[in-house]
Amino acid sequence: MNAAVLQAKLWYAQRISAMILGICVAVHLIIIFYAIRGGLTAQEILGRTQGNLAFALFYEIFVLACFVHAPIGVANILQETFPKGRLAVPLSFVLAILILLLGSAAVFGLFTGGAL
Amino acid sequence: MSSRPELDYRAKSHLYYLAFACHRISGLLLACFIPLHFLMLSQSLRGATGFERSLGLADFWVFKFGEWVLVVLLAIHLGGGIRILIIEFGSWRGLRKGWIEISILFAIACGLLFLYFAN
Amino acid sequence: MSNTDLKVKVWRGAEQGEFVEYLVPRNPNQTVLDVVTYIQRKLDPTLSYRFACRVGMCGSCAMTVNGVARWTCRTHVAKIVEGDSLEIAPLNNLPVIKDLATDMREFFNKWKGAVGFFKGTQSRHDDFAKVEPQSEERQLANAGIECIGCGVCYASCEVVEARPNYLGPAALNRAWTLTNDVRDMQQLDRIRAVAGDAGCHACHTQGSCSERCPKGIEPTASIAGLKRLVARAAIRGSKWGKL
Repeated sequence: MNAAVLQAKLWYAQRISAMILGICVAVHLIIIFYAIRGGLTAQEILGRTQGNLAFALFYEIFVLACFVHAPIGVANILQETFPKGRLAVPLSFVLAILILLLGSAAVFGLFTGGAL
Repeated sequence: MSSRPELDYRAKSHLYYLAFACHRISGLLLACFIPLHFLMLSQSLRGATGFERSLGLADFWVFKFGEWVLVVLLAIHLGGGIRILIIEFGSWRGLRKGWIEISILFAIACGLLFLYFAN
Repeated sequence: MSNTDLKVKVWRGAEQGEFVEYLVPRNPNQTVLDVVTYIQRKLDPTLSYRFACRVGMCGSCAMTVNGVARWTCRTHVAKIVEGDSLEIAPLNNLPVIKDLATDMREFFNKWKGAVGFFKGTQSRHDDFAKVEPQSEERQLANAGIECIGCGVCYASCEVVEARPNYLGPAALNRAWTLTNDVRDMQQLDRIRAVAGDAGCHACHTQGSCSERCPKGIEPTASIAGLKRLVARAAIRGSKWGKL
């Protein structure tokens, strides 16, 4: 894949993931406003998420969209701020892995409630 | 003897650049925060008691303030992001000043709602 | 209206140099070009600057005035003076030849690099090409076609500053108008030229180009059009061939 096609595909992927995130973030904000009323305990959170497949699927889609969207954005910023550097792509990959692994672990943990 | 002048704040003192800057800064800060947020939530793998213990960390006021900042950043980034998507994919109607105004109002609303619901 | 002289700081030198202050008498309806001309004719004949039509048609007199790229012949001093001070520098993002004159070659080379020139299939022996004036392509081309290559948008763009290879708003705007020229035969070369990290996808919609264009052209719109076109071409292939 030549550089031009790669840039075009990365741009497209970032915009498509942005559209998905637009919906996910809007829904998430509503959930957060609902959930934080009267404080937030682990019990309350797990009470809502444990065994809840819809929750798990929604948030895993959220995680996957972040995994695509954020690293591409960060790579662009690093490439422009440090044009002679070569850490832009490696650092973005690190962010991508962190988001994917930690995010999926979070979704899995909230779904199972620690009961593996 | 000095170097020729470069683009400074005067070249960038217009609304659309400000909208770009807010979107970029909020995005960068969110990118830094999201892994930590996921790390905290993944403590749920420890079961309810382990999770409760790590949530207890967030009781310090600095975390509460940080959470509020993050909700506002999320709202800013979402508003600005929708504006960009409309500019890039929608029919052309200028640089969408209206969407900048909506984003600001939305961010203020989210900030206030968070304060209202949290306490 | 104040009768004190204007304190005008003008860049003297090239990439290295300094701001030199001149005192210029105020006049009603004075433009920044009037000020520069006064300095060169009456105070310091060694000052180098460019102008041609002095009536806002050619774009030659573009300079950085109080930090903002403008046509100096169309900028009234009264509108932008700060107290009684003015700062005049050469256009940003372009190498300085001397004082207020910049080397525009890279600007025009990038225009060529974006395939911002026309090449048709027909010759003088063929009938006129018929382009429907109300067609969508013609309307899209019209929106960007009045560009006279003054360089103000290029000088205002932070992405041009950050990425030296970036083709820039003027070249991309011209490429977009030509993409909408149904007579042109280089469309595949053109979309290849405007893709890549020096191309349209590097634009962050900062909007300085559209904000500063003295002709009210909006390169941001053209670049958005190119982004969609190139992305579609990369995924599905374009009507002119695969990217």
